[in-house]
Amino acid sequence: MQLPPSSTAAIVQPANGEVPLEIHDLTVAYHKKPVLWGIDVVVPKGKLVGIVGPNGAGKSTLIKAVMGILPISSGWVKIFGKPFKKNLTRVGYVPQRESVDWDFPVSVMDVVLMGRYGRLGLLKRPTKHDRDVARECLEKVKMLPYANRQISNLSGGQQQRVFLARALAQESDLYFMDEPFAGVDAATESAIIELLHELKEKGKTLLVVHHDLPTARNYFDMLLLLNMRVVAFGPTEEVFTYELLQKTYGGRLTILSEVAEAVRQKS
Amino acid sequence: MRQTTKIFPNTNGERARPGRSQRRPRRWLWLPETFSNRYIPRFPSSARGRAEQQPGRLCSPRKLTCETRRLTFLIALFALNFSCHAARIGDLSESNIGEQALRFFTLQDPSVRYALIGSILLGITCGLLGSFIVVRKMALVGDALSHAVLPGVALGFLWNMSKDPLTIFIGATVAGLLGTATVAAIKQTTRLKEDTVLGMVLAGFFSIGICLVTMIQHLPTGNKSGVDKFLFGQAAAISAEDVQLMGIITVLSIAAIVVFYKEFLVTSFDSGFARAIGFPIRLIHHALMLLLAFAVVIALQAVGVVLVSAMLITPAAAAYLLTDRMHRMLLLASIFGMLAGMAGAFFSFLGPSLPTGPFMVLGASAVFGLAFLFGPRHGVVMRWWNHRSRAQRIQNENTLKSIYHVLEGRDFRGEGVSLRELAERRRETLDEAKRQSDNLRRKGLATLHEDGNLVFVTPAGWQRACTIVRNHRLWELYLTSEAKVAADHVHDDAEKIEHILGDEVVRELEKRLEYATEDPHGRAIPSLADMQKGMSSQQPGTVTGYGKKRG
Repeated sequence: MQLPPSSTAAIVQPANGEVPLEIHDLTVAYHKKPVLWGIDVVVPKGKLVGIVGPNGAGKSTLIKAVMGILPISSGWVKIFGKPFKKNLTRVGYVPQRESVDWDFPVSVMDVVLMGRYGRLGLLKRPTKHDRDVARECLEKVKMLPYANRQISNLSGGQQQRVFLARALAQESDLYFMDEPFAGVDAATESAIIELLHELKEKGKTLLVVHHDLPTARNYFDMLLLLNMRVVAFGPTEEVFTYELLQKTYGGRLTILSEVAEAVRQKS
Repeated sequence: MRQTTKIFPNTNGERARPGRSQRRPRRWLWLPETFSNRYIPRFPSSARGRAEQQPGRLCSPRKLTCETRRLTFLIALFALNFSCHAARIGDLSESNIGEQALRFFTLQDPSVRYALIGSILLGITCGLLGSFIVVRKMALVGDALSHAVLPGVALGFLWNMSKDPLTIFIGATVAGLLGTATVAAIKQTTRLKEDTVLGMVLAGFFSIGICLVTMIQHLPTGNKSGVDKFLFGQAAAISAEDVQLMGIITVLSIAAIVVFYKEFLVTSFDSGFARAIGFPIRLIHHALMLLLAFAVVIALQAVGVVLVSAMLITPAAAAYLLTDRMHRMLLLASIFGMLAGMAGAFFSFLGPSLPTGPFMVLGASAVFGLAFLFGPRHGVVMRWWNHRSRAQRIQNENTLKSIYHVLEGRDFRGEGVSLRELAERRRETLDEAKRQSDNLRRKGLATLHEDGNLVFVTPAGWQRACTIVRNHRLWELYLTSEAKVAADHVHDDAEKIEHILGDEVVRELEKRLEYATEDPHGRAIPSLADMQKGMSSQQPGTVTGYGKKRG
């Protein structure tokens, strides 16, 4: 049995020593079935990174595992040189829109304020400053007029903007976004990508799970081609090649899936 | 005959009416066992005479049908039950419902006070925690938890053979948590889904509990009264110690929710995000389950195992219908829970031995029913009313539009439109046209000529008519010119859109269509000036420069 090579792309060395995200030999399993194998990634600062791969490639799993939402089987992750738990406030998160119940009795403002909760810590209530920050973030995604609406009255694109505003309210340096472009209108999509570029200009690092290949090429500085392992990771122009995409999306990884299934049944 | 002797133990067989045993409906046996037990074997001697006469007298007239006889017999039994109690128990000197109510409201009785305070406390706690159960979609978990506590109640009782609140509380809490732990364990180790596991564990634990309770009731020794009350609840059985315990749990729940509101909120809404910002979501979940177990256990005494989950869910569900904010939902749910608790305590007090739980749940259900029907935003009545007024408005607008079309058809000569013209235009009967013009008149949009055959639009009506026609034609033009829809496809669409276009959208349309003046079918689009000017005998536009570009 031949295990996949850890990473085929060149690892970009950080210029200033502070690495936003370093993943080393990360393996993640769902119900004992491995879905990610030996992931090695070092993400440099100030980059907009797209995570691309077919369905079931483990894109969401990767970012969830990095943030400790899913347990890690082996390997380690460092955020700005420290374990995730020690650097919580430097990480912002935009989950998939479908992951929550949009009939929940909260207003848009309440949701955005949740972005401040991590900084508040236990037992403390949001202050006026937190509200001001939340309002600014809503303004940035042009959702301030909706601040007092209940979230179920929003369209898909508006819901996504609210999630984005919540992540902005986290005031983090590293962002993970799970399919922020899924099911949004074209206007929202371009507004979001503009915002992402703006964040990048400010030196933030962003990892975005993305489903749509044609736009991926234009949107991102770097691409992480993922299919249970890292197929390639590097600047978009180097990685977005026919061979590598073929390798990512083509059916060449059946052996890996079979082994994963075997692992599940043995244990 | 055997039945007769069994039910009236001291009654001589010959003295019983022949055939009575066959005729006696047995259906009244559905009454809770406690009810019948209390009523029959302890028949006081003074009431026995009445018991023999009354049913006999009621049943003797041959003209009564079988059903009526059964019914009257049932009623007689109930009446008897009340009167027997009055005769039997010294402490219950009043038999009258009004007097009972008075006793309840004056709160002279310490037991009444305990029952009321206890019911209020449990209502508040259940409402608060129930809100989180509802928004977390854990309603079935609450149900399973409440059924799982029964074995714990029985074992707590067996511990020192008395109804010591503390041992029962500990036993029940442990059993409840054990039940939820069992659910979690089965769910994690098998591929069964949560609802299946919940249903199974719920029934399993409940069965163990029923077995234990039955066993306790058949024990020869010990003070076992009251264990059966845990099934359907009896607020009157609440003691001072119970109230103390309830108070502690209520304060604990309120404090936990006030202090950790933010944590409960974010973990309920988006647990993935809560985890990503470092909140201990497991711990918060377990804390909530513990509080829930406490709430269930303190509610047991008054509501009973079977119905306690309804006290968690129903007030919260009613609150959920009425508000869009979590903190208001918490407040409303606890108020509703409190009201339901009070109602249950009151109604069960009116009659002796009436179970409290069902009345509380009925109270909560009544609140839910009111919220469902009359809720200001999501209520059925309000929605029906909105729908109706919208339909009425659309019909009025369509009538006005038809009047405009008739006037347009004769180049706006003459101001009145006859009902016949209107009816022809709308392809309706004269009666319908008359009714619609009457509707317009009531809204101040039109006046009717004295003989009732001519309709004149008022200035307001004219403006409305112009607006609708304008919306319609602008939309048609937009569809044909911008969306490239064929001209013969656009009418039906515009028929719907014309009623919902807001001013802002219309301004936007005008701008995009460069203030066009003709629709795709070559008819004039009424201008703003036409609306302002009001109706005149001349065709719109000839005076105001209609047909020229504005702006």
